[in-house]
Order: sequence, then structure tokens, then C-alpha cells
Amino acid sequence: MSTQTAAPRQRRITAAGIGAAAVVVTILIALLSPWLTPYSAVATNADAALLGPTPAHWLGTDQYGRDVLTRTLEGGRYALLVAFLATSIAVTLGTLVGAVAAYADGWLDEAISRVLDAILSVPAVLALLLIVTVFGQGLWVIVLAVSIVYAPAVARVVRGAARPVVSSGYVAAARARGERALPIIGREILPNVLDTVLVEFAMRASWVVLLVSTLSFLGFGANPPTPDWGLMIQENRTALTVAPLGTVAPIVSLAVLVIGLNLAADGLAKRMGVDRAARAAA
Amino acid sequence: MAQLLIRRILTSVVTLLLASFLVYFATSALPGDVAQQLLGQDATEEALAQMREDLGLEQSVWAGYAAWLGGILTGDLGTSLVSGEPVAGIIGGAFGNTLLIAVPAIVIGVALSLALGVAAAVRRGRGADTSISMISLAAMSIPEFVIATLLVLVFAIAMPVFPAVVLMGDDAGLGDLLPAVWLPVVTLVLVMAAYIIRAMRSSTIDTMATEYALTAELKGLRRRDVLLRHVVPTALLPVLPVIAINIAWLLGGVVVVETIFNYPGLGALMIDSVSTRDLPVLQAIAIVTATVYVSVNLVADLLAMLIDPRQRGTTRSRAAAPKEETA
Repeated sequence: MSTQTAAPRQRRITAAGIGAAAVVVTILIALLSPWLTPYSAVATNADAALLGPTPAHWLGTDQYGRDVLTRTLEGGRYALLVAFLATSIAVTLGTLVGAVAAYADGWLDEAISRVLDAILSVPAVLALLLIVTVFGQGLWVIVLAVSIVYAPAVARVVRGAARPVVSSGYVAAARARGERALPIIGREILPNVLDTVLVEFAMRASWVVLLVSTLSFLGFGANPPTPDWGLMIQENRTALTVAPLGTVAPIVSLAVLVIGLNLAADGLAKRMGVDRAARAAA
Repeated sequence: MAQLLIRRILTSVVTLLLASFLVYFATSALPGDVAQQLLGQDATEEALAQMREDLGLEQSVWAGYAAWLGGILTGDLGTSLVSGEPVAGIIGGAFGNTLLIAVPAIVIGVALSLALGVAAAVRRGRGADTSISMISLAAMSIPEFVIATLLVLVFAIAMPVFPAVVLMGDDAGLGDLLPAVWLPVVTLVLVMAAYIIRAMRSSTIDTMATEYALTAELKGLRRRDVLLRHVVPTALLPVLPVIAINIAWLLGGVVVVETIFNYPGLGALMIDSVSTRDLPVLQAIAIVTATVYVSVNLVADLLAMLIDPRQRGTTRSRAAAPKEETA
């Protein structure tokens, strides 16, 4: 230890750091899952049904003889994919609508707010079930449905954050320079609500994961035999007393991911100076 | 004041009208044949024609919407495609059953979460606060179907105190349902508590830091009086919309809870109707829940006006009040 620079800088382990790590690990496992175990997630084997933990099957098997560990590792793919796509679309759409509403003020703002309220007045699960009933349960139907359900909430939050920006001096200056509405929204308003948008993204992602899993649990999300945590809990809970790991493993994985997302969102909100607890209203 | 009230109520009516419009158009005015979607690929031509007539698809979309809306306003919600019975009757019974679990859940959930939120704020940074915060974080992160499944496991299988599921299904009377409401109520309380606790905690901490709370304390009032008379009423204001939203969410959570406990309420009806593709029932449920949502928000806003003089004064002070609370 001759030089001081060789000593690593002390880094505190924060709750947000743990949360972010949990999310990253879950995503990595989902990406690498096909190469992590020797079994297929969907091939059935009637001779090996409902086994307890064995050296061959660490978490046992389900009622169709499928390896629970394999299905759990792959089980995050559907929810993560839908959550990523739907959250991205919902946050993008919501941010644009919210920024436009805040900038427009007057009747357009009022009209946008009423439409957002109307969409929000139908509970998310019901809205999704309605859409799935009419359009079927394809991946893109669900992605778009979830986006439409969550975009209004994002829009309302972004509108709230953008209103003080709209009445600021530099927006007035841009207006006085004769700049048009779209460049002002793009160059002056959006960069200033970026912190709110980022927190929204982390927060909505955790809700979407829960919603998608709920949908799968109810039988309207991922199609069997796709490995998916919500669907696995639904399939395996009847055998809860015989082979509890089939239900416990997806529950733990889902909880780790969502707690991770929530911790990361909390940390992000704190760093950005956004009050997340009050945000739950939107 | 009166003008403001009327304006607020009119806003609710407009929101509801828009919601009904969205529900109808999202489900009936789609490109493609709704009758075909509902009946499947191998439906006969006669069945399709019959279905189109039943749903009023023969007429223009606007005429169909007008007829549907007129029906709702006169209490006629249409007929179920499956049972052929009036939708209003089916929904009325199921909604009553849902209220039986929702009302106790709301009362217990709101009271408990407000108390816990204040308790955590007062003991900020200490053990009690940390545990309350961690428990609410966990409750936020674990979906209601998992909570319900675990409760069934613990109470009905390991410690059979409560009946886990309603065995009677749709024919269950009040006497059969009452013993079965406890586990659904506990699940719903856990689901709604987390956000209210967090909001109340952060709002109480903010209010305790204000000058008038400090003044009250320096005046020599007891801590308890400062909290109950000066801090909590003000701290409640920003939490009201959070409570309203959570009550509205409860109706979504009810879907999962009723499915797991086989409880014959609105949520279970919803799932059945999705499986049988009973569109009139689904549309009616959407309208009923939208009405509940809008009413709950209206009540929250009126309560806020009642508590906070700033929100009921002249137009000028209304502009000063945060818009988000009325939006």
C-alpha cells in the first residue's frame, strides 16, 4: 500500500443500488435462460411429474413433469418484454400529451384532461379484459392495451410537472423570439421534465410487471405452455401442498423483480428531487 | 362557492359521458366484425345476423351509441348474450356482494393506513418507521393474487379458521357469504394500504416542518394535540386524491380476489363474462365502475373543499390551489 490512489473509494451500498442490481440480474437471467439449464421449458414428461427437489431437478417438477427451475428462469421473459415495450410506449405517449396539454392551456388543455380522466375512470384490469375480449390476447394487443391504459396517468403527472416550466422566463423568451409551439415543447419543456419522466418510467414499469402477471394469472396474458410467473402460479397453486416450490419459486422471482424496480424508482425519485409518495395519486 | 360546486359536478358528468363513449366505441365500433369475434370462426350466417341485431350493429355507430346511452340513463343496461336475462339484474346482485367485501376493506384500510402513516412520520428514521416503510414497500411489490394465494394456504389449509372459498358460487345467500368475507377483506386492505401509508407519511413529515406546527409546539401544546389538531387535518389534504384512487383501484383488485376466493361479486362476473364473451355485461360493468371512480373522486374533491377554505373561495384562489387535485 504505497500509494493512496490504489485504495478503492468507499462506496455505500444503497437500497436503490440493491434494487437496480436485482433488476439487472433478473433481466440477464431472462436473456440467458435458454443456456442456463439442460431442460426445455415446455417439453412435458409424464414420468417425472410433481417431483420434489432432486440433484437433477433442483426445484422439482410441475404437474406435467417440466423442470420448475428452467420455467422460473425463463418465466420473466414475457412479463419483462411486455413491460419494457408497454412502459416505453406509455411513457413516450404520455409525456408528449402531457407536455402539449401544459403548453396549450385553455380549452385544449381542458379537453385533453377530460379525455385522460375518462380513460382513467375504467380500472386497468377491466380495460385490459375488455380489449382482450374483443381483440384476442396477442402480444402486441396486450402491449398496446397496457400502453393505452397507463399513458393517461403519465400524461397527468408530466402535465403537472410541465406547468411551472411553461410559465417560466425562458419559455416566454422563446415565445417572444417567435419560436413555434413544437420546437418550444421539444427544446425548452421536455428537457426540463426529464427527471419526472425517468421516475415515471421506473415506477410504471413495476406496475406493468404486476399487471401483466395478474393478466397471465387470470388466464388472459401469456398462453400456455409459455413459461410465465403469473401463469406458473396459476397452474401450480393447485399442487401447492404436494410440490410447493412450483408456486414459491415464481412468487419469489416476481417479488424480487418488483421490489427491485420499486427500490430503484424510490432512489431515482430521491436523487431527482421528485416526491414519489405523493405521485401515487396519478 | 355554488358556482364552483356546479362546475365540479358538471366536470364529472362530462368525464362519465366521455368514458361511456370510449367504452362503447372501443368495443362496438371496431374495424372488422364484432359478431364474428364474439361467436368465433365457425358461426353460422344466421347466428351472426342475429348477434348483429342483438348488439344493435345494423344501425350506424352513432345511433347505436345513442340507443345504448339512452338505455343506461333509463336503467336498461341491455340483455346478457349468455343467459338472456336483463344485465341490470345480474349486475345489481353481483355489485351488492362486492360491496360486502369492498366497504369493510375501505373503512379498515383507510383508517389503518392513515394511522400507520402518521405513526411512521412521527417516528421518522427510527425502527417503527423503517419497519412500516419496508412492509408497505413489500405490499406494493407483491401482487394481490400472490397475497390471496398465500392467505388461502395459511388460513384455509394450515390453520382452517376461515373458509377459503365460497363453495355455493352464484346461489350463495348472505348467510353463506358472511363467514367468507374475511380473507378477501384482508387481501384488499393489504393491497390498498401501501400507497396511502406512504402518501400520509410523506405529507405528515412535510406538515410537521411548517411554521404553524412549530408555533403550536412552541406554544406548549402537547405533542398529541399538535398532531391531531394542527398537523393531521392539513396533512390529509394531499392524501385525499391518493385515497380516492386506491378506492377506485380496489374495484380492479376485486377481480383477482373474487376469482381466487370464488366469491360471486362484480369481479368474478367480469371474468365469467370475458370467458363467455358477454359484451353487454362487460360494457355495463365498465360503466358501473367508471361511475364509482368518478363519484369517489368527486367526493374526495368536495371533502377537500370542506377541509381547506382556500379551495372553496373565489375564482382567484381556485387558480392558486393546485390544479392536480381537481383534475
